[in-house]
Amino acid sequence: MTTEKKWGDEQLEVILAKILLSGVLTAAVVVLAGGIIYLVRHGESAPDYRVFRGESSVLNGIRGIVREVAAGRGRALIQLGLVLLIATPVARVALSLAGFVRERDKLYCIFTLIVLITLVLSLAGWRF
Amino acid sequence: MNTVEFTVLVWVGAMVAGFLGALTGLGGGVVIVPLLVLALHVNIHYAMGASLVSVIATSSGAAAAYLKEGFSNIRVAMFLEMATTWGAIFGAFMVAKVSTPAIGVIFGAALLLSAYLSSRPRKRSAEAPVTGPVARLLRMEGSFPEGNGMRHYHVRRVPLGFSMMFVAGTLSGLLGIGSGAFKVLAMDQAMGIPFKVSTTTSNFMIGVTAAASAGVYLRHGYIEPGLAMPVMLGVLMGSFAGTRVLVSAQTNRLRLIFALVIVALGVEMIYNGLTGKL
Repeated sequence: MTTEKKWGDEQLEVILAKILLSGVLTAAVVVLAGGIIYLVRHGESAPDYRVFRGESSVLNGIRGIVREVAAGRGRALIQLGLVLLIATPVARVALSLAGFVRERDKLYCIFTLIVLITLVLSLAGWRF
Repeated sequence: MNTVEFTVLVWVGAMVAGFLGALTGLGGGVVIVPLLVLALHVNIHYAMGASLVSVIATSSGAAAAYLKEGFSNIRVAMFLEMATTWGAIFGAFMVAKVSTPAIGVIFGAALLLSAYLSSRPRKRSAEAPVTGPVARLLRMEGSFPEGNGMRHYHVRRVPLGFSMMFVAGTLSGLLGIGSGAFKVLAMDQAMGIPFKVSTTTSNFMIGVTAAASAGVYLRHGYIEPGLAMPVMLGVLMGSFAGTRVLVSAQTNRLRLIFALVIVALGVEMIYNGLTGKL
């Protein structure tokens, strides 16, 4: 049985592409802005990336990051951009789910939901 | 050197990596970690975090381009992403459990394998002649634009492909790479999907896979903003430029050179891992 592309499929693909591209570009702009602020403030000091110090970036969560951005910390703005970047594929999966719901494709709704839940749990900090 | 100088250095290196990766189709992300670790003595965990970020960025950007052309098979991608995301989370958790030298050796081996896979000729005979039972159940068949019309293709050996995708996801999470070459291998060789569809669908999946391990990476502090920033921006800019440059005749020679560079980096990573320099 051939599964030819339905008209809805193409529409969905265009929307997915737009989500991906705008997500990446927005994240890049935010990261760039944060980077500039960060370099202006800390540019003179010597960087030390040789030794690993396990400081979790999201100990404070999104609210903590936003608070630090409001305080003018470039590093936090970069973190915000990175969160946006990571959220982009997640948004794409969510939209794929919407597409399968619209097509009433139960099987692929389930698959997509599993992937989405996996992503959300990973980002929300669930420990096995 | 100070932070600005270091950042610019990383940024330029990332641009070159992204440019060559896009130009040769071999993926720039895979050289980011060796570049940072071997040349700039960055701790491997920070390097992997930065590399993972750049992988999400470039794959999402590339996937956007390929989606519009209608090559990706979204059903195949969605089903296999269950395997890759679970594998990615597993791999990301293993980072803390595996010793740094061991990661270095595994990384080097992955580089060598990646270079070998990318240099093999693409055989059309690998395409599936009929659709397998599981693939038929999952309605994975599709078609893609070729010439003036659409070419229909079959899919088979889904369970094998699923297992291979779990391994690909684990490598992605363990090493902070996209492991696109392995994803393509699973779809192209195991599942018999046409090469063009395999590569574009793989691009489509890499970002989601990396995002799954990103959660673990963030929590363990592997992603350093000051380092991820120039890497992400550099690789994005480099790969954007790379896709714009059309050097048809010289691309093959460039691919060979880049493949040899990857082999050299792979050997060095293995050597450094074995001699405890990591």
